[in-house]
Amino acid sequence: MLDSADIQLDDREAIKRGAKLFVDYCLNCHSASLMRYSRIAQDLEMSSDEVRNQFITTGAKVGESMKVAIDEEDAKRWFGTAVPDLSVIARARGVDWLYTYLRSFYRDESRPWGVNNSVFKDVGMPHVLWELQGLQVPVMESHTDEQGNTSERIRGFKLIEKGTLNASEYDAAVRDLVTFLAYLGEPSKLQRLALGKWVLLFLSGFLVLVILLKKEYWRDIH
Amino acid sequence: MFDKISRSLGDLREWADERFPVTAFWQDHLVKYYAPKNLNFWYFFGSLAFLVLVIQLLTGIFLTMNYKPTADTAFASVEYIMRDVNWGWLIRYMHSTGASFFFIVIYLHMFRALLYGSYRKPRELLWVFGMLIFVVLMAEAFMGYLLPWGQMSFWGAQVIISLFGAIPYIGDELALWIRGDFVVADATLNRFFAFHVIAFPLLLIGLVLFHMIALHSVGSNNPDGIEIKKKKDENGVPLDGIPFHPYYTVKDMIGVVVFLIIFSAVIFYAPEMGGWFLEKDNFVPADPLKTPEHIAPLWYFTPFYAILRAVPDKFLGVVAMGASMVVLFLLPWLDRSPVRSIRYRGTWFKLALSVFVVSFVGLAYLGTVAATPLATLFSRIFSVLYFAFFLLMPIYSKWDKTKPLPERVTGK
Repeated sequence: MLDSADIQLDDREAIKRGAKLFVDYCLNCHSASLMRYSRIAQDLEMSSDEVRNQFITTGAKVGESMKVAIDEEDAKRWFGTAVPDLSVIARARGVDWLYTYLRSFYRDESRPWGVNNSVFKDVGMPHVLWELQGLQVPVMESHTDEQGNTSERIRGFKLIEKGTLNASEYDAAVRDLVTFLAYLGEPSKLQRLALGKWVLLFLSGFLVLVILLKKEYWRDIH
Repeated sequence: MFDKISRSLGDLREWADERFPVTAFWQDHLVKYYAPKNLNFWYFFGSLAFLVLVIQLLTGIFLTMNYKPTADTAFASVEYIMRDVNWGWLIRYMHSTGASFFFIVIYLHMFRALLYGSYRKPRELLWVFGMLIFVVLMAEAFMGYLLPWGQMSFWGAQVIISLFGAIPYIGDELALWIRGDFVVADATLNRFFAFHVIAFPLLLIGLVLFHMIALHSVGSNNPDGIEIKKKKDENGVPLDGIPFHPYYTVKDMIGVVVFLIIFSAVIFYAPEMGGWFLEKDNFVPADPLKTPEHIAPLWYFTPFYAILRAVPDKFLGVVAMGASMVVLFLLPWLDRSPVRSIRYRGTWFKLALSVFVVSFVGLAYLGTVAATPLATLFSRIFSVLYFAFFLLMPIYSKWDKTKPLPERVTGK
């Protein structure tokens, strides 16, 4: 079961906060190579300088895309897999999945990075947001399925080490990050939604005209 | 002033007519092409199919300007179109939504032919050309779906091409020949691009032209399924016929605008259509090493895919799928009813058609879900019913107790 991310895509401030989290915590290993910094500037109504100061930590130019310098061989050695590009991850996974995933890391000493994830079992990614969230352990419950087999499953989590944010602040931060990822997946979506109503309005008006035109012509057909 | 202009325009037309049959063409196909006056809602889908064809051709041309058909660049170039090309997102969504709408319109257009017996003599070739368009359209859509080079593009193509491998003796070689590599790869993408943007569109346009020539030669059928050409006035004009232009041009415009409203609503508010028009997995770049858990073709192929899966043997499954298409071609010769339209048919045909619709929609659904034992059982039942509709038609359509036909068309 996924938690509802409940994002507001038209909340520019949330996208900005999410973008900040993205460049601080994700953009060291994950690229967003299909997205240009300048597009963010344009969509969020920021100047090139603002974007450069706030979001560009590498030597990239504003017109360049959000690439990372990580070596694929290194990535395979560190994480056991290539690190996926996140440009359209929100469209592939959905925002609810991302929102739940980023809140579902838990301590598991058997894993290379000491954490596992209840949404994406044995994921290669470390819990990069742990300093914000802290560290949690799963609360188990026994579950009996239709065939009568009983198994243990994760019911929820319990925080064992505090982070810099409390639970609701962390949820809000993740929501911001997911809002940015949703924007990143389809930057033209806001434009699309805004234009849609005018197109439909025009066509509806036009429909009235063509119906009247047809009536006029067909008056003499019996 | 106006006199002068209209006189010089008249001169120009005369000049052109002596060199090219402008006026004759205009008259033969529009103002003196007589269509039955009682065409209803179901007759919108012909002109709409033509509209979607034009939309696909135009948006396709603009997509081609920025799309890069190599395995390394295809996925990123589609996103480049979505982000960096002016209005690229709109053009791309029109094209991807247009593909699904093409099939919606074509399926409704074909269903109209079933309802009113539009494939019956003398319209057999009209129907056959239409069926050829349908088959070419499926190939066109299949090849186009590979081009974004997402996971579903890749694995869908992999599964469908491997079907050719089921053919005895030549299968493996044939599949290899189609792919141009041992798996779906760069070579496959390149040739599919060539077929998708040149070969099949040319074929489609040619077939559509033949479909129109055949239609304008025999004339439109109508909801009563009677021939309007049998009753003509002293000038040789069918009594129940009206000039296509202006009557049907203005009427079809209503269909066009209603269509555009629905089309735009999808493009602007739900271009993925909940995963039915653009699948989630296709936002993950093609990865030959990672097979997705659930590979299903897009919705418009699923009825035929379900028939394929219903047969336990792979080769026989391919045969069954092919046969499900071939029986459609034979429809004009399977129907033995003395009447064409469902309005005058008896209970047997109406029952058979209802069972067919349920089977077809059922198969379409079953083609999208995992092949559980229950799904397979239903796929088999519906497949048998699908074929029964066609193969038993010579019997039940003849036995059917039909109603007497009217002399003239009913209603306007």
